Amino acid sequence: MIFGGRQPTNGKATNGKARRSFKLMIVDDSNIMRRRIERSQQFEELELVGTAGNGIEALELFKKTDPDVVTMDLTMPRMDGIECIGRLVALKPSIRILVISALADKATAVEAMEKGANGFLNKPFTDRQLNEAIAELMR
Amino acid sequence: MLYEQELKTFVEGTTNFFEVAAQQPATIGSPYLMEGTPAVHEYTGVINISGKREGVVYFTAPKAMLTVLLMKMQEHDFSHETMRDLVGEVANTISGNARRDFGRDFVISVPSVLTNEKPEIPKRPGLRSFIIPINWRSHSAKLVVSLS
Repeated sequence: MIFGGRQPTNGKATNGKARRSFKLMIVDDSNIMRRRIERSQQFEELELVGTAGNGIEALELFKKTDPDVVTMDLTMPRMDGIECIGRLVALKPSIRILVISALADKATAVEAMEKGANGFLNKPFTDRQLNEAIAELMR
Repeated sequence: MLYEQELKTFVEGTTNFFEVAAQQPATIGSPYLMEGTPAVHEYTGVINISGKREGVVYFTAPKAMLTVLLMKMQEHDFSHETMRDLVGEVANTISGNARRDFGRDFVISVPSVLTNEKPEIPKRPGLRSFIIPINWRSHSAKLVVSLS
């Protein structure tokens, strides 16, 4: 699991009690993976606003739902995750993106972070790894 | 042609998938080399490889095995479409993980899925296939790696 990149501009606790809620969008071309990520999200602060099967659908869904947090696959038809990350960050610089991908080479992780991703989690993953990665994304 | 270390990459990727995704390790049989197209099971997820290597990687498994695998993944949908999705995802995950050793020039396609017992597997003339037998619970599957 890799974290770094852009710093969050929102999503912080305001007075130690009140917490902002985050709108979550899941992008993956696998229905199984989308449902897996949906099931694993156990955070009160997260509200799932929609899922998309490729980068084009993600951009359309973004316009309708304005998510704060995104989980993003990379290898997808029509528009891949790397291109979609760049477009989402251009539209909303404060967006927080966790890449969840099978692509395990360092160069791909570096490219995703340079495009604006905030974290990188390799498939396959455990529920614990996923929850830790999402928690890290919202810090 | 595939070197021993490269073959090991796929064996380890397969082992890791079952350990992590299914939380139950698989037993990997001795890989063997085969001319022609090996027999496949009911569901086959195919990844085309391009870039510095060319060829195909596919994961083929019987429906019974995929059903149990879905259960272990806490999935409740056992439809034909979900089986297709799963074999594609397994093939994608093992192939994508191989880039840890092969590097980013090992370019993988999105998965395509074949669903009968005599599907048309993409063939490359002159390429031989390494078969990696996978035994998981009482089921058998294969990972087939055929690379230039």
